Formats: sequence, C-alpha cells, structure tokens
Amino acid sequence: MAFNIYDFTSFTQSIDEALYEWLPPFWALIVEMTIIGLVFLIGYAIIGLFLVYAERKVCAFMQNRVGPNRVGPYGIFQTIADFIKLLMKELVYIKNSDKLLFNIAPFIVIIASFMAIAAIPFAKGLHAIDFDIGIMYVIAVTSLGVVGVLLAGWSSNNKYSLIGAMRSGAQIISYELSVGLSLLTIIVLAGTMQFSEVVELQSSGWFIFKGHIPACIAFVIFLIASTAETNRGPFDLAEAESELTAGFHTEYSGIKFAFFFLAEYMNMFIVASIAATVFLGGWMPFHIGSWEGFNYVMDFIPPLFWYFGKTAFIIWLMMWFKWTFPRLRIDQLLNLEWKYLLPINLVNILIMAFIVLMGWHF
Amino acid sequence: MKEIINLPVRSIEEEEYHINMGPQHPSTHGVLRLVVTLQGETVMKVQPHCGYIHRGIEKMCEKDTYQQIIHLTDRMDYLSAHINNHAVCLLVEGALEVEVPERVKYIRTIVDELNRIASHQLWWCSFGMDLGGLTCFFYGLRDREHILDIFEESFGSRLLHSYYAPGGLMQDIHPNFQKRTKDFIKYFRKKIKDYDNILSGNVIFENRSQGIGVMSKEEAINYGVCGPSGRASGWECDIRKKYPYAMYDKVDFREVLSDKGDTYARYMVRIDEMRESMKIIEQLIDNIPEGDYSVKMKPIIKLPPGEYYQRVESARGELGIYCISDGNKTPVRMKFRTPSFVNLGVLDKLSRNMKIADLVAIGASLDLVIPDIDR
Repeated sequence: MAFNIYDFTSFTQSIDEALYEWLPPFWALIVEMTIIGLVFLIGYAIIGLFLVYAERKVCAFMQNRVGPNRVGPYGIFQTIADFIKLLMKELVYIKNSDKLLFNIAPFIVIIASFMAIAAIPFAKGLHAIDFDIGIMYVIAVTSLGVVGVLLAGWSSNNKYSLIGAMRSGAQIISYELSVGLSLLTIIVLAGTMQFSEVVELQSSGWFIFKGHIPACIAFVIFLIASTAETNRGPFDLAEAESELTAGFHTEYSGIKFAFFFLAEYMNMFIVASIAATVFLGGWMPFHIGSWEGFNYVMDFIPPLFWYFGKTAFIIWLMMWFKWTFPRLRIDQLLNLEWKYLLPINLVNILIMAFIVLMGWHF
Repeated sequence: MKEIINLPVRSIEEEEYHINMGPQHPSTHGVLRLVVTLQGETVMKVQPHCGYIHRGIEKMCEKDTYQQIIHLTDRMDYLSAHINNHAVCLLVEGALEVEVPERVKYIRTIVDELNRIASHQLWWCSFGMDLGGLTCFFYGLRDREHILDIFEESFGSRLLHSYYAPGGLMQDIHPNFQKRTKDFIKYFRKKIKDYDNILSGNVIFENRSQGIGVMSKEEAINYGVCGPSGRASGWECDIRKKYPYAMYDKVDFREVLSDKGDTYARYMVRIDEMRESMKIIEQLIDNIPEGDYSVKMKPIIKLPPGEYYQRVESARGELGIYCISDGNKTPVRMKFRTPSFVNLGVLDKLSRNMKIADLVAIGASLDLVIPDIDR
C-alpha cells in the first residue's frame, strides 16, 4: 500500500482491491460505504466546527474585537464547548406545529449538504465518487436544501418563520439559476462535467485565467449567487435577524438549531470548494502554461494544501462580504438576480461559446 | 327559505395578517410593541403599543423635591441623560431667576454636546445593525467608549450621571477633562470618516435608505416630529437656535437641514450633527472661565406658585418640561414632552406600503428610545 501525499489514487485503489479480495462484492461495497460515510461524518464535524471558529475570529478581526480566547489556547475549543452545550439543551416542542415536518426539516437541510460533499475532489484520487455529471449532481443536490428551509418555516406555525421561509424559497430558486449558468459557462469551456477531468484540464492554467473575461465574470457571478444561495452575507434575508428575529429557524432549539447552523457553514464550504475546483483549479497547483521550472516548483506543494488554501480564500471572501455589507431588501434582491445577473450570465455564455468555437482560449 | 349569503371571496394575496413586532424584538431597541398589519411582505398599518416600560416618572415627580427630580429624568432618555438634567435645572433656575456662573454654562454646553455625540454614535451603531451591517455596531461602540470614559472620570458614572444640579453642577470637572475632550475630538475627526466609508457611500445602504419613508415638511410640522428627524425634512426646529440657552447663542454652529426627508436624509443629518457638535466643543473647551461651579442654593427649593415651561434640544428633538407649582417643595404636576413619544407617532404614516425591512429602517432612522416614550 503506497501512500503518496501527491497522488492518492494508488492508496485508495489498494484499499478497494484489498476489500474486494477479503469480502464478497456486496459486503465489500457496504464496508466501503461505511468507511467513507464515517470519514465524511468526522470531516463534516471538524470542518463545521473549524469554520464556526474561523468566522468568529474573522468577524472579531473586522470588528476590533478579540473573539473567543478563553477555552483552550486562542479559544480553539470554544466551538466544541458550544456544540456540547447545544447537544445538552432541551428541545422545545411547539404546540400546533406540524411535528413530522418540524422534525424532518433540519435533517433535509443537513442531508443536502452532506450529499454534495461526495462529489468533490479533495486531491488526486481522493474522491468519494467521480460522476461523469459531477457538476450537475452538485447543483441538483444543493438545491434540495431549500426544501428543508421551506418546511422548517412552514411547520413552525410562526409568521416570522413563514416569511423567512417564503423569502428563502424565492431567493434560492432564483439564484440557483445564476449558479447553474455561471457553472455552465465553464462547462462550455471545459467540455466536461466530470470533476476529475475539470481539474486535470486546468493543469496548464486555471480556468479563470484560461477563459479570458467571460470566466472572470462567471466567477464573480458565481460568488454573488452562491453567497445568496447559502443564505449568507448581505443576502441573509431568510434569517434577517433584525427583521424576522431568526427567520425560518426561530422556533428551533438545541441540536436541531445546531443542524441548521452547521449546514449553513457546510454549504459555505461546499460552495467555496466548487468555486475553487471549477474556477481556481481545485487541488491543481498554480501552473503557467509551459514554464517547466515554475510548474515543477509548484508541484512540490501538496494538492491537499492547494485545495484547502483556495477554499479557505473563497470562504474568507464570503465572510468579508458578510461582515461589511448591510442587508438587501427582498425586492432589490430579486431585481439583482432577474434584471442584472441573469441577462449578464446569458450573454456571458454566448461569448464563451463563441470564444471556444473560435479557439481563442488558451 | 334560507338565504344564501355571498361572502366576498378574497384571494390569499389580498389576505391581511398581523404580526407582533416586540415587546421582545431585536430591532425595536427595547420593549416597544408594534402590531404590524401585513399583506405579504407589505406593511399596511403599524399600531404602536406603549407602556411596557412605564415607570410613572411624571407621578413620582409629584412627591419628589426638585433635586430629586433630576435623578428621575436621567432614566427617561438614558442616552442623553445630561440634556434631560439640563432641562430641569433651567426650569428651576428660570423660575427662581438665578443666574448661574459663566463657568457652569460653558461646562454644561460642552457636556451636552459630548452627550449628543455619544447618543448619535449609539444611534449609528444600531442603525447599521438594523440594516444588517453588524460591523457598524462595534465601530460606533468603540468610539462611544472614549466619551463614556471622559464622563466616568469627571462625573463618576457612565450612563446616568445626574451631574447637573439646580444652580450649577454637582462637582467641578476633573483636571483631565479638557485635555481628554480635546484628544477625543482629534481622534473622532479621523474616525468619523470610517462611518462614511462603511455605510454612507455603500450602494446597498443607499438603495435601502434613499426614498424610503419620505416625510414632507408639512407632515413633520403636523406630527410635531422634531430634532434631527424633523430637520431632515427641512423644518428648522433646533431649540438651540430658536430659544438659545446656556452658551448656544454665543457659539457658531450650523443648524443641519436637509430637504429630502427620507431615511438617508435623517441619517446624513445626524452624521453632520456630530461634526457640528465637535465644532461647538472646540470653540468652548479652551476658554472655560475660572470661577465657582455652582451658586449657593437653599437646601429646599420652593418654586413660586405658577406654571413653567422649559425646553431644550435633546439628541432626539425637543424635550419640554411643563411644571405647575403651588409654592411647595414638590411640584403639583410635571409633564414631560419627550421627543421619542412624538416621533413615534409618524411611524405608521411613513411605513405604510413599505416592506418589513423598510419599517425596520424607518424605525431606526427616527431614533426611538423606548423608556423615553413610556416614561
């Protein structure tokens, strides 16, 4: 079993082969799924907790504060302590709420974000499942989350929650379009929807550089639309703390609230990793065309480092938006999507298609 | 035969529903309850319900001496406590025809203006937060802390000072007061640019506030909306200019006016007012004359029988005190005309046919302090 930090293919394949040697194919598959599920579950919790900590530190930095600094060195155990607190809190049941939907909603939200991780390539060969329609799968799965949000708002039997849910319904469904279309721009350039191929194609330069201006425009639109899709930053209308108290999760307490909370951060992570993979080359090091020496040096930095570095950069951008801008109003939000982003996006795809047709891209 | 009644069929879009904003709500800044009638997200009607923090201050005044009343007025508009105290002091001094020393007038004016800046800073914090810009809150509080530190050093407390007394001040200012105030002005002149950078010039903020909750000059006068909110509609209602007290007739400052009358104008008027306040302080801080900090008053103050009215410009508008005395040591009736209560009246008018988010923005731009409404 050769463990190589630059290429996990042989490592994962050897595990796969070993399992199929020892066990009948059905059980091998079950064991494989369990292992991957456990790894993701642990990764999910660690990334979620880390992101909550990071957000607190980043916003503290922006707001002249220190942030958490009491529990553990630099307060790194603060989020864990908070999570334990949320686990032990009483779950308040709301009278006259739709019990079934009320209980299911947080799970739908968290499952949607969980399913999306499966398709993301973390490094070469470190990939749970490599769909040939990976990008489409991710778009489809992440949009499931809105069902959970809508159900949470509807079943709480609270008008604030309902307004929040309706807002997020309108918002996520509209911005879904921009996310899809901006990714489509890159699909046109790449000619494939498979994540592993998309990354491999960027070995001579990231798509944001290869695709001229249309790729840059698509990147900016993707950032805006995905921030809106994750209910964050200036687009957190579904929560809108100062208007709707907490929007769709007003009535949730304890671990169910934690689910929504964690799902928000995981969605941010997923969106950032898609942006990193599709626009910034994923785990692919920074390469410039035919500069052999430069590329050789860059290859020494492990792909996991590249992947998490790019993702962290985009997450930091999204946190920066959130802690700087005031919130939009619902009609302005929809105007932005339908009157500006969507037309720009459509024109952008045409330009990109023309560029690809003429072979002007690098 | 049973008559069939045709009820008008109303679609869901036309259906109106109510939500309770408050008494516990993040953007009512206290225990104000607004019953909002909505159609979808559009506000049809806003009915304010007051009284959740009613403490009967006016009634309590009837059994208190005038020195004690000062301490009650702190608790009305706790963000401009000095200015409230000033009103009572001026009322008593006017009724007894006491002339306070120049030094007292200077100090009162400076402290009033510092208090006004602190109040506007906190307003700016909460205004930004209501619009969703959470960073504003900490920027504003950071700068307000400097003023509170000055207050703490000189007057012994940070929020409810009760520093003024009829006839002068409770005690003299701290020796550091002048230096620290000058340092603060220097510091805040730099920092106020941050306020513009983070909110005033922001596209989202301008879209959220421009043309929202437009109040014409006539409406402002009809509703009695005073203070910065009224001046944003072009109504010249600054008591400091119209009925000068303390040093206001001797200092040079501009009455900040705007003719737009929308949320953005109310915002800009307050930001500019902070600059004007700094200008007033700068003119006075170096020339505080030497002398007594108080004139000798009788231990028990009895106002001659009669009716008195005194107004001052608090951070939210005109604060009026109406007092009936029968010659005893306590007033027969004290009535406070508090600016927040009057300004609340126009909220329904301004926020009709707006969105919920606009209602929050308009409410924040009127700068309501709930204990000031209920008293």
